[in-house]
Amino acid sequence: MSNDLETAAQPQGLRRVAIDPLSRVEGHGKVTILLDEQQRVQQVRLHIVEFRGFEKFIEGRPYWEVPVMVQRLCGICPVSHHLAACKALDLVVGATPVTPSADKIRRLMHYGQVMQSNALHFFHLSSPDLLFGFDSEVNRRNIVGVAEKHPDIAKKGVLLRKFGQEVIRATAGKRVHGTGSVPGGMNKHVSLEDRALLQRDVAQMIAWAQDAVNIAKQLHAQNPALYDSFGSVPSNMLSLVRADGAMDLYDGVLRARDAAGNIILDGASDQSYLDLIEEEVKPWTYMKFPYLRSLGPELGSYRVGPLARMQNCDFIPSPLAEAQRREFLDWGRGQTIHAPLAYHWARMIEVLHSMEVIAELLDDPDILAGELMASGARRREGIGVIEAPRGTLIHHYAVGDDDLVTMCNLIVATTHNNQAMNEAVRSVARQYLDGREITEGLLNHIEVAIRAYDPCLSCATHALGQMPLDVALVGPRGEVIDRVLRSQRGNIQREDRQHDLGSSSGLPA
Amino acid sequence: MTPRSETIAPILVFGWGNPSRGDDALGPMFVEQLLAQSQALPGAAPLSGVEVQTDFQLQVEHALDLAGRKRVLFVDASLGCEAPFEVTVLQPSRDARFTTHAMSPEAVMQVFRQLHGTLPPPCTLLAIRGERFELGEPPSDAALAHLALAVAWCRRWLASQACFDTSVTTSCMS
Repeated sequence: MSNDLETAAQPQGLRRVAIDPLSRVEGHGKVTILLDEQQRVQQVRLHIVEFRGFEKFIEGRPYWEVPVMVQRLCGICPVSHHLAACKALDLVVGATPVTPSADKIRRLMHYGQVMQSNALHFFHLSSPDLLFGFDSEVNRRNIVGVAEKHPDIAKKGVLLRKFGQEVIRATAGKRVHGTGSVPGGMNKHVSLEDRALLQRDVAQMIAWAQDAVNIAKQLHAQNPALYDSFGSVPSNMLSLVRADGAMDLYDGVLRARDAAGNIILDGASDQSYLDLIEEEVKPWTYMKFPYLRSLGPELGSYRVGPLARMQNCDFIPSPLAEAQRREFLDWGRGQTIHAPLAYHWARMIEVLHSMEVIAELLDDPDILAGELMASGARRREGIGVIEAPRGTLIHHYAVGDDDLVTMCNLIVATTHNNQAMNEAVRSVARQYLDGREITEGLLNHIEVAIRAYDPCLSCATHALGQMPLDVALVGPRGEVIDRVLRSQRGNIQREDRQHDLGSSSGLPA
Repeated sequence: MTPRSETIAPILVFGWGNPSRGDDALGPMFVEQLLAQSQALPGAAPLSGVEVQTDFQLQVEHALDLAGRKRVLFVDASLGCEAPFEVTVLQPSRDARFTTHAMSPEAVMQVFRQLHGTLPPPCTLLAIRGERFELGEPPSDAALAHLALAVAWCRRWLASQACFDTSVTTSCMS
């Protein structure tokens, strides 16, 4: 990926447009766009304005608390953190491998999580943009608008999400802050009653998942010019795959392909991630920029998540999803698909695959009985890698003899996608904003490109009273030319005021 | 989806927030304290006919949790309300407050209306004033004082509800 438009040649005297924070993504992000006097885009950056200090939050705690504590890092994919932490700490307690029952119950939990998170994102975060259009009335671009116009789609989305939450409850013990998975295995089986309840709805959920794939496919077919080009930037791709090349969202080896689809890294142990990945720090954002060491920072950035997984694997080991994957690849006519909006299609194929895996696991007697815990020689360090809904998630811990965590390093999917999201934003800004007046609809194009990656920028804080959107135009001397506030209820208010906005993050624009 | 074969309590108290982010913990702490007081205080009545739930944040599937209720009390930390707390009767609303993956209680009610074709049960928001929301911080002293007053208000509010079904026991779905 190029770094064109990352830094303006002469930033002095450029107008600044800030989208702060992004709506409908986790945490707090901000996009700044510097325009010259002719409103030509000169610089575009996606910033992360909150320093989180997750690692410090974990360090010093007993290792057995970690799988529960890390769930508080994220309100959307807590199960992914729960399981990645357990996988890392399995090595610390010598549970390699965990028992078949523990492995299968964890997989059931994980695929339930991926299914419900992907369904939530598509039906309730992105479908408003996709079904109504990026320029549609802002008050319609939400799930309530979808429910009114497309009640059937909204209902399926709600019930798919609910089913996934029930899978999590049946395996983790609770649908929030579950404790089912522990270092070394699991502490409970799936009950017969829960299995029966879930099995009763499996066929319906698979049918709805197929419907979801068809909706995503139809959106591409209806407007291929938009869906194939919007924010599209070539990049490398990284994910776990099973040792035989199959898609595996719970465990596997690391594989990377270049932008043309050629394998550049394969069969690498997830325990060697530090040998494979380096993180670059840039002065204008708190979020790091990972890259493949073998290619260096200029050429080594990559994307993760459903779009990468769909094209990185050799096949999906479930028949319905594999047929859909082949159709997805055919859409690219032999070329690797890099369009961010294709994430939605790939995400829905993963929903279908997840439901097929869930159905198979629910029929497996090992989830009802069998040894749950394993143990072995104690180690001081462990690394757990899992494919979270948004992409590859890495947890790395060191534990002292006193059982306290002495080191913690987390690389989350959104961090892997940092460069790709920045490039997508620049592509969209170049195509849609250059030389034009800034409107709410045009600004939403930026957000659509970011939302395609389903970023989880920070945390689960959501206290009432926060301001969701702040857009400011700043003149060459730092004066506020225009400022638009979108209230928490979606009302737009334009202010006329003269003051220096500065940077709320303390970071440069 | 197939409903679970449980009797639905007529009153739902739903507190949400992240227990590890300072005053954002007020929602789940509220539920914990309400349950603890109902079991420990001398002379306090048990929470008959009441189901309590907690979650990180409100989401679309919570619209399904409103079904079959006679009343719902949503409880959350708030930066925007007056101290110690504010009580607001809610109406279904198409608001666009989707700052994160979370939803507002009004939007959850609106999703219920769209899914079921009927109005949701009467819903009330208890917003408790918070001050600090940083990761790893404990709740502030001010927020804890607000919380105590809010729990006391809730006990009076529950006592005033005439729709209790005393045959239903309290359950916690969190």
